[in-house]
Amino acid sequence: MANTPISVTVDQVTYEDDVEPRTLLVQYLREQLGKTGTLIGCDTTNCGACTVHLDGQSVKSCTMFAVQADGHDVTTIEGLAQDGDLHPMQQAFHEKHALQCGFCTPGMIMQSIALLQENPNPTEQEVREGLEGNLCRCTGYQNIVAAVQAAAGAGSAAGTQSEEGAA
Amino acid sequence: MIPTKFAYEAPTSVEDALRLLGEAGDEGKILAGGMSLIPVLKLRLAGPEVLIDLGKIEDLRGIREDGDALVIGAMTPHHVVAHDPLVEQHAGLIAAASKTVADPQVRHRGTFGGGLVHADPAGDLPAPALAMGAEFVVAGPGGTRTVPASEFFVDLFTTAVGEDEILTHVRIPKHTGWGSSYKKFTRVAQQWSIVAVAATVRVENGTIAEAQIGLTNMGSTPIRPAAVEQALVGVSLDEAAVAAATASVAEGTTPPSDTNGDADYRRHLAGVLTKRAVLTAAGA
Repeated sequence: MANTPISVTVDQVTYEDDVEPRTLLVQYLREQLGKTGTLIGCDTTNCGACTVHLDGQSVKSCTMFAVQADGHDVTTIEGLAQDGDLHPMQQAFHEKHALQCGFCTPGMIMQSIALLQENPNPTEQEVREGLEGNLCRCTGYQNIVAAVQAAAGAGSAAGTQSEEGAA
Repeated sequence: MIPTKFAYEAPTSVEDALRLLGEAGDEGKILAGGMSLIPVLKLRLAGPEVLIDLGKIEDLRGIREDGDALVIGAMTPHHVVAHDPLVEQHAGLIAAASKTVADPQVRHRGTFGGGLVHADPAGDLPAPALAMGAEFVVAGPGGTRTVPASEFFVDLFTTAVGEDEILTHVRIPKHTGWGSSYKKFTRVAQQWSIVAVAATVRVENGTIAEAQIGLTNMGSTPIRPAAVEQALVGVSLDEAAVAAATASVAEGTTPPSDTNGDADYRRHLAGVLTKRAVLTAAGA
């Protein structure tokens, strides 16, 4: 069956590509664009490792086709650091030791940023509920929650992403 | 996991979508948010030859007032419904239930109409829509028809929407000033409801004047326990009185038995959760 042309902006670069309709967004990011920072964990919409932002909102890229991103703006974990400086949420994960094996981390950071965009000053409970869609099998979540709270306390910068275009 | 091959269509109008659906016949499938359909395709439990994506039809998104009703576009994401000021004000039960669907990422993509048409017995939107007396606007080759909630949910994963039809909007009668509560019982994060109870209640002079209730996952379709709704009229906001009025809520239901609990356990839960939902909705 025919490939479908798409135009999609990923990490501030616009790509014009032909994709097979059944290509998942995460496959497109990893295999066609080489953006392997976004990971595939469960591949069943549960674990959240593949979380990216679509027009500034967090989505699970294993449960979306690349063709559905046509005309939209995607930000991956690889688009966060600016001029070599970590995004404040990345910095907070680093400082609070919010990872062990690191597999959940890209998705966890993307969802944490989305969480603060919607709720800049969450309580601990709200952080835990906001990360409900992201599973970590190492940390017990303690330091992840601490990192998100630290990023929130560090100011609004953690919850903003100037590089993301409006929908 | 990769789905089987399919052709992809992204029409920009309902008319074009209906035409494409008609042309595809039995081999066509509508794609809304995809939060249930895409996992099904990846597991190859379904393999449609044509996928018709409603994502580019702007008319199907958004929430507006229309007289005594709110009109919610079928493609409005859960996250938008959950935080919309009109929904909060006039249909608090829909907002409350939408906030509990799956997880934040799924609520960004998943749609109000998709969750209703999918009609999973454990889904969180059917019971509140039934309880509030929603009307479903369905477009087909012969025009548009409106289906009352009482006739919309036909069976497990089956609604009144025909193979050649598309749900476009849902009309929710305004319940301005009513309290509401959606009590969802789960054991772990992201879990589907083991049982959930939706209640919206109007209180007058310290007693319940009207109550509308819906049960999630207590049978193959959502259930509206009319006898309990009647029994609650005139009841004071007192735990014992509400418990007495709601005790029979599971009578006649046929909930599933599975690893999360057997049918009797679910019947017990339905009673406990109905009492709690009514008390919370009444502000007691």
